[in-house]
Amino acid sequence: MSVVEAPVRPAPEAVSFTAAKLPRIAPVLVAVVAIAAAALPVLLLGWGLVAWVVLSALVFLVALPVWAAAVEGRRGATDRLMTGLVWTACAIAIVPLASLLWTVVERGLPAINTTFLTFSMYRTSLDQEVGIYHALIGTLLITLFAAVISVPIGVMAAIYLIEYGKGNRLARWITFLVDVMTGIPSIVAGLFAFALFILILGPSARLGFGGSVALSLLMIPIVVRSTEEMLRLVPDELREASYALGVPKWRTIVKVVLPTALGGIVTGVTLAVARVVGETAPLLLIAGLTTRTNFNVFSDRMTTLPVLIFTQNANPGVAETPGGTPPGIEIAWGGALVLIVIVMVLNLVARIIGRIFAPKTGH
Amino acid sequence: MATTVVAEDAGRAKPRLGDRVFSRLALVAGIAILAALAAVFIFLAIEGVPGLAKPAEFYGSASTFWGYVAPLLFGTVLAAVIALIVAVPLAWGIALVVSHYAPKRIATPIAYLIDLLAAVPSVVFGLWGISVLALQLRPAYAWLDDHMGWLPFFAGPASGTGRTILTAGLVLAIMILPIITAISREVFAQTPRLHEEAALALGATRWEMIRMAVFPYARSGMVSAVMLGLGRALGETMAVAMVLSAGGGISFNLISSSNPASIASNIASNYKEGTPGKIQVLIATGLVLFLVTFLVNFAARWVVQRSERRLAR
Repeated sequence: MSVVEAPVRPAPEAVSFTAAKLPRIAPVLVAVVAIAAAALPVLLLGWGLVAWVVLSALVFLVALPVWAAAVEGRRGATDRLMTGLVWTACAIAIVPLASLLWTVVERGLPAINTTFLTFSMYRTSLDQEVGIYHALIGTLLITLFAAVISVPIGVMAAIYLIEYGKGNRLARWITFLVDVMTGIPSIVAGLFAFALFILILGPSARLGFGGSVALSLLMIPIVVRSTEEMLRLVPDELREASYALGVPKWRTIVKVVLPTALGGIVTGVTLAVARVVGETAPLLLIAGLTTRTNFNVFSDRMTTLPVLIFTQNANPGVAETPGGTPPGIEIAWGGALVLIVIVMVLNLVARIIGRIFAPKTGH
Repeated sequence: MATTVVAEDAGRAKPRLGDRVFSRLALVAGIAILAALAAVFIFLAIEGVPGLAKPAEFYGSASTFWGYVAPLLFGTVLAAVIALIVAVPLAWGIALVVSHYAPKRIATPIAYLIDLLAAVPSVVFGLWGISVLALQLRPAYAWLDDHMGWLPFFAGPASGTGRTILTAGLVLAIMILPIITAISREVFAQTPRLHEEAALALGATRWEMIRMAVFPYARSGMVSAVMLGLGRALGETMAVAMVLSAGGGISFNLISSSNPASIASNIASNYKEGTPGKIQVLIATGLVLFLVTFLVNFAARWVVQRSERRLAR
């Protein structure tokens, strides 16, 4: 029936087990050509650098797939196109970050000097120097109290989840709702603190501690999640060794489990602080605004750095010289630079601590 | 044998005082978190519910609470949708670069840079949005108005300040990019190595491997990443409050200054001159926002947890 026909074979030297491919340097080649090709209209029409970059990228994203389509076929072309697109996505995301950091440094740096950092905005005569000292103190105290509230609750809750709950129904619900809590909008946390304190202290209640309560609502889920992860990394052998020596469970947790996980927990707490230190909305509602330095979180208004940036930007005042920068805008950018530096330093510290104290799981 | 007896005795013995106190403390801390969540709802309800039915003058041009909150809700959702449309493809692209395209040497710094974006405070994003992005976008809006004006989105007239809902949406997009990227990256990286290698061994290109092995495996994680991003975008206050110069009614016109504020930004910009009655109205809108974001986050986490359980099996 089936006659085996000898297929028409090409000459042996043409046998190839892989499909045709572009040379390895093809992307580089196309990139160079694209940049050169885009330079032509840019130079002729006098466009800017941005247009050049965008045009080069477009030419590249079209040219490489077209070449690939000719040599490798449709599938190869799709692959080249998607590779180009995902890398473009990366490049696009870096642009706003670079622009933002550059702007903050460029416009914030001229505002910063010792007066700026050590004077408050309270002044008795119009020509007095002003600064952001009161806002630094406010941010420091409010964040400190937020940490004082949320660290014990967060760490103890994580201990419950890992050491006691062990996946029972309550623990599963807490884990789930902690995850949901990470998504609570900060303004809702602020409204909660606001509603709570106007119920207790009357409608004009403004106090720094209210801000701490709102911030701790945002901090607790982060602390719980990071502590949970760290406690999970503590090897069971350590706990068992401790039990075998007759140490009670609570002492095992306090003396063995927590010290082992300490580095990670501190990292988590620092990241949580970095996260809430820049929060504006809740503090705007409950901590209020003042020009004076207030050291008491339990009474009176308290300015924080983000709120100061927001309000200075909203009411910048009048520039001394026509066409100059209004004083409020200058203060806002200076404050923004200080705030970013604080956040970055906290992040850096967290990473360093995390690296130094990384739990040694053995094995 | 003797050791077994001792162990059983120890098992039967009453727990020590320290143990009881400590475990009780841990339990209380866990329950405190649930209580805090409930308290948010209760206190917002106590202060907010009276705001639902005030005399008409409390609601500005609208006469009922729902007439007041509807444009704000629309503004909130519109800004969030713009943010998602821009951020989601970018985030997935970056997540793929980090998990599958870039060598580890490059992937780590990229992941770090994106995390850096998450660390920037929202008020700084707002400041940047208003004084850099909005100004840069003005010519683009004028161009859109001239050439794409037949589309309802770009009907114009183009805003002179650039402080439109589109600018606000773009700033939001940058802000929610890190969270979508982080979660997508994680689920992409969890794809079993064997699935990927099997696809490649069958002759798939890298993109085909990602489409056939990575995406199906990561689908629920990708969906929940988008929903978490949505939750963030819905609740973000300062960036919108600073960037958007809010106008009146419901409109799909993205480049004029006629769009409503979002719920959160409306609270931030109006609470100061608020009388107690007006404040109650604002808290009531906050309650609406809380319920919406809670539902979105709840759904997102539920999808994640269900898929995790499926994968664990």
